[in-house]
Amino acid sequence: MIAIVLAAIVGPLLCRADPSSIDLAKILAGPSRAHPFGCDALGRDVLARVLWGARLSLSISTIVVAISLVVGSLIGATAALSGGRIDNLVMRGVDIFLAFPGILLAIALAAILGPGLIDLVIALTAMGWTGYARIVRGEVLSLREREYVLAAETLGAKKSRLLMRHLLPGVVGPLAVQATFGFGGIIGAEAALSFLGLGAIPPTPSWGNMLDAGRAFLLVAPHLTTAPGLAIGFSILGFNLLGDGIAQKVGHRA
Amino acid sequence: MIRYGLRRILALAPVALGVATLTFAIIHLVPGDPVTAMLGETAAPADIVGMRRQLGLDRPLLEQYAAYLGGLAVGDLGESISYRKPVTRLIAERFPATIELAAAGMLVALLLAFPLGLVAGANPGGVGDLGAMGFAIVGISVPHIYLGPLLMILFSLDLRWLPLTGRGGIAHLVLPAVTLGTALAAILARMLRQSLIRVRESDYMRTALGKGLSPRAALVRHGLKNALTSVVTIIGLQMGALLSGTLIIEMIFSWPGIGRLLIGAIGARDYPVVQGCVLTFAMTYVVVNLATDLVYAIIDPRVRVS
Repeated sequence: MIAIVLAAIVGPLLCRADPSSIDLAKILAGPSRAHPFGCDALGRDVLARVLWGARLSLSISTIVVAISLVVGSLIGATAALSGGRIDNLVMRGVDIFLAFPGILLAIALAAILGPGLIDLVIALTAMGWTGYARIVRGEVLSLREREYVLAAETLGAKKSRLLMRHLLPGVVGPLAVQATFGFGGIIGAEAALSFLGLGAIPPTPSWGNMLDAGRAFLLVAPHLTTAPGLAIGFSILGFNLLGDGIAQKVGHRA
Repeated sequence: MIRYGLRRILALAPVALGVATLTFAIIHLVPGDPVTAMLGETAAPADIVGMRRQLGLDRPLLEQYAAYLGGLAVGDLGESISYRKPVTRLIAERFPATIELAAAGMLVALLLAFPLGLVAGANPGGVGDLGAMGFAIVGISVPHIYLGPLLMILFSLDLRWLPLTGRGGIAHLVLPAVTLGTALAAILARMLRQSLIRVRESDYMRTALGKGLSPRAALVRHGLKNALTSVVTIIGLQMGALLSGTLIIEMIFSWPGIGRLLIGAIGARDYPVVQGCVLTFAMTYVVVNLATDLVYAIIDPRVRVS
């Protein structure tokens, strides 16, 4: 897990091979000393592309998780604190977003917005924010009934102070769990969208579009799919294990 | 039970309307002109105007929305631009393939999850538990887009046991279904293990053991049934992942379902088809969710009251 983050940050600096330099003599070359993961159909170094792909994948998922977390939490907290009709309306809205299974909403948005990194972030965020909204709303609603919160309210604390000082700390744990699993989910979704040609467009190296490109050479050059495939698998595995760990510590399952 | 069912079905209407509205909004309100996108930047202005009129895009948005809802009510999703056929018919032709794939994926998931979950839950901390949960954590993490090609290399290209792509008999179904079902199997196995462990500590299990049932018989007869409710919940929650998974699987294995129709239509800028497919997926999901809730209410009568 830490290794992947490190690899994403320092990898491109250490690895001198240019991810887009083309060497026609090495088309589909297998792993060798100069190119540990071999070369792709255009003679580009697969290791360098996987490392650059890690940068793209991690930075996109960080941005998406951060925006989803903030937007979702604000909406969830607003719904819970307003109560009544506003709460009802907001949660109906969340239900409607949730009615689009998995990455379908992201696919539909990416299809209309067109491929590209900013559009990719918008599409993935539209898919991700609902989970945070639901968790924050649920937690705030239950925390509100606690005695210490009721006491603060009786003493005349303002809603904003109530939220920041008394409610937010209680929500951090479940949110951390959700965000960690969210990371894994977004990495997978990003790869899937890029795989479908709806995310990062070649020549920008992304794990998803590398897998897509490698599919054509399954028999002659299986290393083309192995490297990005394992990269995605291990990243998601890392975030899942981390999420399990945090969940156990916080004593909460997302 | 019947009253509960009716209430749930009635509650479906606003969600369905919302889904239809959001789909319409994505297609019509998001920046980017579909007509220019379809005809290209260099299209003659007259062609653009003609196309807009043909698609009804020159009318006010509210009027388009009303026409769209009216069409929906009678099952009319417009006409495909690239196929020159009604969208409803295109979808109806491919819907069975997608359902077949999803059902097969679910079957694989259940066939894998029950033995794994039982082995793990029967003896937590044992060798079987470690093995099963090791498989589960890997299964959850491996993405479809990697597992698919991996299975293709192994079983189609190397061993030549199974066909590579397309839809035909059972043999064609195996690899896509396994690819689709593995992650769900892993999640279900983990859930089953967890609830079995919880159930073991309950009073009725102690009673069952006390009256002389062997641990295995007690687990299967009393434990499994009670652990089942949480498994059904997870199945409901994971239906979305399963359905949207078919999209990716259909692309990997050239499976002629709605997912491939959708991705193809996105490439061809065939917006009526995109709209129809997105709507079909979402509505299927909503209906499947309702069905899961009803099954849940049958298994666990407490749900009906709250």
